Amino acid sequence: MEARTAGELEPFEAVVERHGALVLRVCRAVVGPDAADDAWSETFLAALRAYPALPPGSDVRAWLVTIAHRKALDAHRAARRRPVPAERLPEAAAPEEPVPDPVRDARLWAAVAALPPKQRRCVAYHHLAGLPHAEVAALVGGTPEAARRAAADGIAALRRTWGGER
Amino acid sequence: MVDQDLFATADEGAELTALRASLARRAEAAGLLDVAYRTVDSPVGPLLLAATGRGVVRVAFAREDHDAVLAQLAARLSPRVLHAPDRLEAAARQVGEYFEGRRRDFAVPLDLSLASGFRRDVLGVLRGLGYGTTASYARVAGLAGNPRAVRAVGTACARNPLPLLVPCHRVVRSDGGTGEYLGGAAAKRLLLAVEAGSTAAGERGMVGP
Repeated sequence: MEARTAGELEPFEAVVERHGALVLRVCRAVVGPDAADDAWSETFLAALRAYPALPPGSDVRAWLVTIAHRKALDAHRAARRRPVPAERLPEAAAPEEPVPDPVRDARLWAAVAALPPKQRRCVAYHHLAGLPHAEVAALVGGTPEAARRAAADGIAALRRTWGGER
Repeated sequence: MVDQDLFATADEGAELTALRASLARRAEAAGLLDVAYRTVDSPVGPLLLAATGRGVVRVAFAREDHDAVLAQLAARLSPRVLHAPDRLEAAARQVGEYFEGRRRDFAVPLDLSLASGFRRDVLGVLRGLGYGTTASYARVAGLAGNPRAVRAVGTACARNPLPLLVPCHRVVRSDGGTGEYLGGAAAKRLLLAVEAGSTAAGERGMVGP
């Protein structure tokens, strides 16, 4: 077997391993905890489909966040056609997992959900995923300066409503 | 300020484990799982098993470095590589039965696409070597249609993408020596002992990779 040469795509499993948690947090922030699992699955399935054509050396994290953004919009449109789901209790974690704190998590999601959608997305894509404001603006629309302001306002609002609990 | 831990929650690990398993199943159903893999413990150390839609395409010992092998599969076959144990369930079970001395032939489809030319001809000959028998490198060269290609047979065995399933461990030196092996000489001796019925691998204890 020939040695792997630089610039070749790594196994997709390594992409899931490295970015799976971040994409889940982005999905939770943007569509909420209930719809996040579907958004995550749709994101990685679409990414897997497109992966062989991804130019080697691409910014895989930004690419995944872009796909997650599109899938979140899809989920948002679908949700508007459905009744709002009832509040779901957090599932029990495996024994070796840290003890879940449903109260803390519920307050976090309530704080995130209270943000206007654009602020929520700008916080997720910039502060969470590390995309520059210009790239965030390309996703959510408007100018980079508007994306910067929305992210800053969103973070400030989160600090007020929830910041003391981390 | 980038804070990747923003929105991290305690249930995230269990959630991701379930999501990744579900992704593998959905990828298989959508025809996007070009290479599925899993590992299985064995008396010769952890074995990597990988399969395309056509069959098992690679078996690798730990000393080959499983991550490096997966990178090679991504480069040579497709980067759509996922940990997906379901496709390899039969192969994993049969490997277990083999080491317990309860299985003489593997009944899983094989994908030989990682070998071509004379190397592939050699694999064809190896598949005809019966359980518990051995043949010399020279004899395999003759059976592959090129009696003088003894060294090339050695190379084909050393690069066998499917050790165990394509039994290159049954090829030994004419002077009676065990010869080299992808999984190490000790692993080769253990496989031959299992097939000679002198031991079930478990009774003999672990052989390091």
